[in-house]
Amino acid sequence: MSDTAGRIIGAIERPPPPPRRWTGQRIAGHALMALWVVMGVGLVAFLVGAWDAELFARYAPNYMSGLVVTVQLVLISIFLGALLSAPIAYARMSSNRLLAWPAYAYVYFFRGTPLLAQTFLIYYGLGSFRPQLEAVGLWTFFREAWYCAVLAFTLNTAAYQAEILRGAVRSIPRGQWEGAASLGLHTFQTLRKIILPQALIVALRPYGNEIILMIKGSAIVAIITVYDLMGETRRAYSRTFDFQTYIWAAVIYLAIVETLRNIIDWIERRITRHLKR
Amino acid sequence: MRISSRVSLALSAAALALTIGAAQAQEKIRIGTEGAYPPFNNLTADGQLEGFDIDIANALCEEMQVECEFVTQDWDGIIPALQANRFDAIIASMSITDERMKQVDFTNKYYNTPPAIVALKDTDIAGVTAEDLAGKSIGVQGSTTHANYSEATYTDSDVRLYPTADEYKLDLINGRIDAANDDITVLEEWLATDEGACCKIVGTITPVDEIHGLGAGIAIRKGEDELREKFNAAIDAIRANGKYKEINDKYFSFDAYGG
Repeated sequence: MSDTAGRIIGAIERPPPPPRRWTGQRIAGHALMALWVVMGVGLVAFLVGAWDAELFARYAPNYMSGLVVTVQLVLISIFLGALLSAPIAYARMSSNRLLAWPAYAYVYFFRGTPLLAQTFLIYYGLGSFRPQLEAVGLWTFFREAWYCAVLAFTLNTAAYQAEILRGAVRSIPRGQWEGAASLGLHTFQTLRKIILPQALIVALRPYGNEIILMIKGSAIVAIITVYDLMGETRRAYSRTFDFQTYIWAAVIYLAIVETLRNIIDWIERRITRHLKR
Repeated sequence: MRISSRVSLALSAAALALTIGAAQAQEKIRIGTEGAYPPFNNLTADGQLEGFDIDIANALCEEMQVECEFVTQDWDGIIPALQANRFDAIIASMSITDERMKQVDFTNKYYNTPPAIVALKDTDIAGVTAEDLAGKSIGVQGSTTHANYSEATYTDSDVRLYPTADEYKLDLINGRIDAANDDITVLEEWLATDEGACCKIVGTITPVDEIHGLGAGIAIRKGEDELREKFNAAIDAIRANGKYKEINDKYFSFDAYGG
């Protein structure tokens, strides 16, 4: 059926639109929307009313440096975690138990315990083994809170990313593997040229979620003296006892997440162009 | 900061707290404390609160003939929790400062001890001035008067903020920081333990009133003058009848009440 024909037939045969009644759902929907709008306007009105140039001048640079720390920490951890997650996911799917079992244990541990506990253990826990760490020359690394934070976050996100990758690869039908095999491609070629390009479409949304969770999860890093956006917020609050310090932090986090959401939408539109009809 | 710039939620919570708090003050007073600041307030191995603050609080409650209930609360959120009526008074070695007095009312002080700098025994830090500590890293608990002092004074040093005193002690032992700044009594208590054997007091800091405040007082919600006066009368009473000295001598070799 050609496009124009379809449109003409549609115009002739389309049934009259059903009357839009004011159902309970529709009223509830409007009421909720109105509530959100009122709250949004209230928030903006509050921020305008509470605008304090002195407060801004004093703490804006701190917020900026905190924001830079948060973004750097998340970007570096996500990148290193992605590198680490590929071999873990591979080992996890391997039929060799010597590979699969440690990978399973790794993922089990890092997904099953809080990031806070992992960060604390790596910084303060390993810190108490200073003589042993010095003996093997690792103390210069573990001495710095920043490296400990990157290590903890990388290990944590690698476990999650490995599971995302594994799930995505598993979601590709067996026929794709069989087809590749019939063309004489070996496993690595099949993975790289056939499986991963399809799997990444499936994995994109979960990856986006993981990055967003990391951005918010990074708020705990102040316990090891790395002052990120949240840490700077708490510091500003402890000086001023002014709740707007937290509201500004919320607005900044929201802006980061919204930017990220748009980037991921854009990537998704690009990599699924061939699926559009 | 202007009152109008606070979130209305906090205002209404505080207003609600005022009415409820006043009604409850008669029979039972809920005391908020941190539970991580020995020897003033800390948890024993089996989870019981102990320390100078706790003993003083119990003595004051006995004096006022009210029942006291303790609530532990993280330091960072202790003032908002008071305003949100989670408890009626903070007895947690809180220094009386101008910044805090904009948010809460304070009783008269119940002790006042100077801050000090602690460092490893083989340290090359000779004193407590900004020059002595230039280029060194200093650990201090965040959201405290000591943090404010360190950040304002030791501008050539790397001041690191820790969530509680426990963490900077760990890092001092581990050698991640060169020195720490806290109340002398807190540091001396720690130096007397096995863990604290690593370190020594480098010197005491002369308190700055604008930063360190006027000693530790009991924080209560604004406008609860009746409760404040009851606490003040009780502090005077235990100072006069020897109860304060009894508690003081249990913890310190000097009079913590200060001059």
